Amino acid sequence: MPARLPYAYKYLRAKKKFPHVWCPGCGIGIVMGSIIRAIDSLGWDLDDILMVSGIGCTSRMPVYVDFNTLHTTHGRALAFGTGAKMANPKLKVLAVMGDGDSMAIGGNHIIHASRRNMDITAIIVNNNNYGMTGGQFSPTTPQGAKTSTTPYGMIEPDFDICKLTEAAGANFVARGDVYHVIELDGMIKKALSGSGFRVVEALAPCPTNFGRANRQGDAVNMMELLKDNTINIAQASKLSKEKTEGKTVRGIFVDRDEIGYLERYEELCDRVLSEVKK
Amino acid sequence: MSGVPWGETKLVQGNEAVALGALAAGIDFFAGYPITPSTEVAEILAREMPVIGKKWIQMEDEIASISAIIGGSLAGGRSMTATSGPGFSLMQEGLGYACMTEVPLVLVNVMRGGPSTGLPTQVAQGDVMQARWGTHGDHPAIVLAPSDVKECFDLTVKAFNLAEEFRTPVILMPDEVIGHMREKLTFPKEEEVCVIPPSSPDVPLEWYEHYHTSATGVSPMAHFGSGYRFHVTGLTHDTHGFPTRKVDEVVSKMNRLKQKITRRLDVLENNMIHDVENCDVVIFCYGSVYRSALAAQKILAKQRKKVGIFRPVTIWPFPDRTVKEMLDSKEVILVPELNQGQIIHEVERLTSDSVRVVPLHRFDGYEITPEQLVAAVLEVM
Ligand SMILES: Cc1ncc(C[n+]2csc(CCOP(=O)(O)OP(=O)(O)O)c2C)c(N)n1
Ligand code: SF4
Ligand SMILES: [Mg+2]
Repeated sequence: MPARLPYAYKYLRAKKKFPHVWCPGCGIGIVMGSIIRAIDSLGWDLDDILMVSGIGCTSRMPVYVDFNTLHTTHGRALAFGTGAKMANPKLKVLAVMGDGDSMAIGGNHIIHASRRNMDITAIIVNNNNYGMTGGQFSPTTPQGAKTSTTPYGMIEPDFDICKLTEAAGANFVARGDVYHVIELDGMIKKALSGSGFRVVEALAPCPTNFGRANRQGDAVNMMELLKDNTINIAQASKLSKEKTEGKTVRGIFVDRDEIGYLERYEELCDRVLSEVKK
Repeated sequence: MSGVPWGETKLVQGNEAVALGALAAGIDFFAGYPITPSTEVAEILAREMPVIGKKWIQMEDEIASISAIIGGSLAGGRSMTATSGPGFSLMQEGLGYACMTEVPLVLVNVMRGGPSTGLPTQVAQGDVMQARWGTHGDHPAIVLAPSDVKECFDLTVKAFNLAEEFRTPVILMPDEVIGHMREKLTFPKEEEVCVIPPSSPDVPLEWYEHYHTSATGVSPMAHFGSGYRFHVTGLTHDTHGFPTRKVDEVVSKMNRLKQKITRRLDVLENNMIHDVENCDVVIFCYGSVYRSALAAQKILAKQRKKVGIFRPVTIWPFPDRTVKEMLDSKEVILVPELNQGQIIHEVERLTSDSVRVVPLHRFDGYEITPEQLVAAVLEVM
């Protein structure tokens, strides 16, 4: 049996839910692979994991993995996840979202989940557009890019997911991509290993919509673009500004150990209880 | 005050009674966003819940609040939120999700004047139809409307129980007058309160179907982290919870959603009916208007005018059969409402053309007084 198969039968709803909905060449499945490898290396019990998502191609992921799985409404994964985590703190909550899910309709929720340092790991698949609805622009569509709702090019500036969540207070913030997949595995593992709000942005191609609209070629070409147009933070620090100009930096940008929300809430309960007893 | 004052008699506000009712029902998790005239519910629970180690959170908006309590409920916590008109509008998305995914929760909507920001501190009953049909698609609705402070307590406990029993959201809708009024309330003794605990399946793990089709249409629900691993989605799903577009599975799901309510109307129906058999005029009312109707009935009795009162406590599902049986033979039914006419259409639907169904609308932010009702009754007689 090839080495990959045990993963398939242990972590995937392999017999029931495949084939999946994703297009050939889509990057989302690679992110799913990274998540599974990270969880496997941590040895977590499947019963303890809750994967929650919003709506979109990315957010279809929970149906394929054999954890506790919750596919919610567009943008709200973190709000549902917050409730589940509070009601049962033993759950390890993993929120999987698209760029539109997390930055547009769910923008408010991610700011506040970051600020609260809510004990959830957010994996955001950034394919620079709304894949599911046919390739409209998202808050992470680069200026100038074409999408079905920016036929003349995007005029709005884009969000930097990592900077935004860092500024809002997330404990851990990293960016990887699906070409540098071993690096991505490591980032996700690191994200899952700590407390507080933890974010991994995974750049991934959507060849069907964004790729086609912007003449980026097929899925293989788009993977090569990730290889050529991104640079690891350690390498970038050694190079001159001109050499890194126009490249997207990958790496772990924030790794803090601030106390997470649930621990703070427990402290509150202990404090008020001791005051009441007095 | 700390916790439920079991067995004691106190002067209590309606919203306070709702909060204490939630504690009596064993609430585990509250998520909300402040809004007049419901804020006291959140404030009291913010004070009380951490003391007993229960979870409370103020979310960033009402969409997040209802989303959070759905997550909480699925993870095994008895969950509630409280809001008013503008927040209730924002909660429609989550409400539909909870109906579709059959998640028990309690949503308190203390009604104020609308539309939009409307009359934030004043009374209305303008959300009655929104509570029935506010979220998109066909869906079940269970809505309870208290008329006094004791009912705020009792119906909150009942709302939690019905939510468990029917695996669906239950909406408690006091109007602002009821939420803010203070009355003497004798709390029950702890052992007198019946609380239905969250269900749990007893089948082997691999047999579990999250939406098993049972005779009642409702099956025991497992929770995240219990060892039963299942999938929940707002997409139309099969009995295991996985998305489906197969015609028979779609139809079966939709029928069950409807029939789990319609087949058990007897459990849900709850009316207060006074002197309807032998009267000249029936006042059909709910919420705070019922109080004025009782007062008007007394005043009119002194003038030898016989007035009957029909009050649904459960306003949705509407008591179709009883209304038809008891009211279709009447000459005049007066339907006073704190809106421009909502429940009246249900009464009209269920009565023949020969029955005069007369509206009385008030939507200026003030309650309908007994005197107003007396004048209206005399006019229609
Ligand atoms: C409230 C609401 N508005 C709009 C939609 C339609 N919709 C579905 S997915 C989606 C965007 C998905 O984009 P993204 O989050 O980037 O995920 P991707 O498909 O790219 O993975 C939209 C707008 C919806 N389902 N719900
Ligand atoms: S539309 Fe794009 S994001 Fe969606 S499955 Fe296809 S390639 Fe992937
Ligand atoms: Mg996207």
